Amino acid sequence: MPSPDTLSNQTPPEGPLVDARGLSHERDGRRVMAIGDWRLNPGNHALLLGPSGSGKSTFINIVTGLLTPSHGSISVAGEAMSTLAPADRDALRRRTIGLVFQTLRLIQALSVRDNLALAQRLALGRTDHAAIDQMIANVGLLHRADARPRQLSQGEGQRAAIARALVTRPRLLVADEPTSALDDGNAMRMIDLMFKTAEATGATLLVATHDGRIAHHFANRLDLAAPEPIAA
Amino acid sequence: MIGLSLAYLKDRALNTALNILLLALGVASLVILLLFSSQLENRFDRDAQGIDMVVGAKGSPLQLILSSVYHVDIPTGNVPLETVGLLRRQLGVAEAIPLALGDSFRTFRIVGTEPAYPALMGATLADGRMFAEPMEAVIGADVAARTGAGLGQRFVGGHGMGGGDEGPKHEETPFIVVGRLKPTGTVIDRLILTRIESVWAVHGIEAPHDDHHEGETEAEHADHDHEGESAEDHAAHVSPAEVTAVLARFGSPIAAVRLPGFVNRQTNLQAAVPAVEVSRLLALVGVGLDAVRAFAVLLMLTAGLSIFVALLTALKEREGDMAMLRVIGASRAAIIGQVASEGLILATAGAALGLLLGHAVIGLAAASIEQLHQLGLSATRFHPGEAWIVLAALAIGLIAALIPALRVLQSDIADTLANAR
Repeated sequence: MPSPDTLSNQTPPEGPLVDARGLSHERDGRRVMAIGDWRLNPGNHALLLGPSGSGKSTFINIVTGLLTPSHGSISVAGEAMSTLAPADRDALRRRTIGLVFQTLRLIQALSVRDNLALAQRLALGRTDHAAIDQMIANVGLLHRADARPRQLSQGEGQRAAIARALVTRPRLLVADEPTSALDDGNAMRMIDLMFKTAEATGATLLVATHDGRIAHHFANRLDLAAPEPIAA
Repeated sequence: MIGLSLAYLKDRALNTALNILLLALGVASLVILLLFSSQLENRFDRDAQGIDMVVGAKGSPLQLILSSVYHVDIPTGNVPLETVGLLRRQLGVAEAIPLALGDSFRTFRIVGTEPAYPALMGATLADGRMFAEPMEAVIGADVAARTGAGLGQRFVGGHGMGGGDEGPKHEETPFIVVGRLKPTGTVIDRLILTRIESVWAVHGIEAPHDDHHEGETEAEHADHDHEGESAEDHAAHVSPAEVTAVLARFGSPIAAVRLPGFVNRQTNLQAAVPAVEVSRLLALVGVGLDAVRAFAVLLMLTAGLSIFVALLTALKEREGDMAMLRVIGASRAAIIGQVASEGLILATAGAALGLLLGHAVIGLAAASIEQLHQLGLSATRFHPGEAWIVLAALAIGLIAALIPALRVLQSDIADTLANAR
C-alpha cells in the first residue's frame, strides 16, 4: 500500500480531479443545491459563484466528504468520495484536499510555523521544516513565522491559512469565501497569491464565493442560482 | 498532539496554573493526612512492641503510656522501686524493666533503666559498650547525630523534660558517653540511657526518703526481697528510691487478663496497656482525621470539577479548531487523545505538585514542631497509599477531560464549520 506521502499529489491524474454526476442535495425536503454533472480537470482552476444560500458551502462539504449528497455521486481524484466509509473519506480528504475558510481557523495557541507543522504532521505523518519555511516564504510571512494568529493582520492571517492548506501539497485547494471580508486591494492580492502558490505546488483551485470582484480571474466558472423562495 | 495540548495549556496559563494549584492542594491534604496517620500509627506500633503493660503512678493511663512508652508527655508521678520486684514475682511476667525519668540534655530525655530496655526495643550498639557504672550513658542514633557526641564525650543533664537548656543544670554530676546505638526507627533513637542510679545520683538521692514509700502498703514493703536485678539491689541497699514507671512483658496470655486488673485494684499503682490506650487515642484522633480527610476528598473533587469546567469552556471556544483539526486529518481518536492529554497533563502536574507539597509540609512540620519530630515524622518516607491518591487525581483529570471531548466529537463537523465560518 502506498504511503500517504506518495499519494499526496505530484503524479498528474489521468481523469478529472472532481467528477460530479447528477449531484443535488435536499435538506428538510427542500432542495438546497443542484449541480448535476460537473467536472474539474487538474490545473483548470474553478470558481463556484452564487449568492448566499445557493448551495456553495453544501457543495464544498460534499466535495470534501463532510456531507453525503441526497442524489447523485461525486468522485475526487478518481475515488468515489460520496460512497466511502467515514474513515476512508477522512483519509482521501487528508491526502488530496487543502481547505481555506473565510474565518481562517488557524489554531490560536500555535505560531504560524507550528500551525503548518501540525497540518503537515496530521496529513503526512511527518514534518518537513525546510518545506514549511519555504511555504511561509512563498506567502511572504517569513518575518511573522513565530507570531500567533491573533497577532497577525487580516491579510497576514489569510496568507497563513493558504500556506497551511498548501503545505501538505494537496492536489485540490478548496477555498470558501476567501475574499468576502477583504477590501478590493487585499481581495486582488489574495487571489493572486492563491493562483501563484497553487501553481507553485501543482494544486488546482476550487473557490466558492459570492464575491463577483474576483470572477474575471477564472476561465472555469460554475454559477449557482439563488435559492427557491419557500412557499408560504 | 501532546505538543498541541501543551500549547493550549500555555495559551491560558493563569487558568492552567490555578487548576493545577487547586488539584495540588487536594492531593497535598490527602498525602499529609496519610503520611501523618500512617507514620503515627507505625511509630506507635513499633515503640510499643514487646511492652504489654506499663505500671506507674495513679493518674491518666494515656499520660502514663505517652510518657513511659513514647516519651512525649510528662509522667504521672513516681512509684516505689519495690514495684519492680512486685511485678517480677508475678506469675506470667517475663520481664519487668524500670524507667526513671526527669532530666534531659538538649531536648533528649535521660532515661535511667537497665540494659534490658534497649534489648527489648531491639537496639544494638553501633560502637562502644553498654552502660555498666553510674553516670555512664549510651546514646541513641538521633542523639548522636544531632549533638555530634562521640565516645568519651562528657555532658551535663538539665532538670526537666522539655529541654535540658531550660531547667537547672546538674553540673556536679556529668555523664560520659560509653556507647552509641544503631538507628532503630523507634523512640530509643532519641533517648540517652543510663543506670537508674545515675538519675538518683544527679538528684542527690543517697538515703531513703519517706515520700518514696507513699502509697505502698506494709505488706508490699515486707515482700520486698532485695533480690533480682542490679538497680533493685542497689536501691534496696543504698537508697529506697523511686522509679517513674515499670515496663512489663508477659510470658503468658493469662497475665494479660489478670495483671492489669490486679494492679489497679489491689495496689495504689496504675497499670495501663499500650495497645488499649493507643487504640483509644487513635480513635479520638481518627474522628478528626476522618473529617479532614473528607474535606480533602471534597477539595480534590472540586479541583476535578474546576478542570471539567475549564476544559468544557475551552473546548466550547475551540469547537471550530476541533472541527478544523478533523478536516485537516486528525482522527477521532487523535481528538479524544488531545483533549484527554490536556486533562492528564493538568492532573499529573497537580498530583506531582501535591506530592511535593505534602511531603514538604510534613518535613517543615517535623522540623519546626518538636513534638512531631519526637514522634519520628519523616518527609522522606513514602506510603503505598500515595500511589492511589495519584491514580485518583489522574482519573479525575481524565474523566473531567473526556466528557467535553466526547461532546465535541458528537457534534457535526460540517455544521460546526458552517456556524464558525
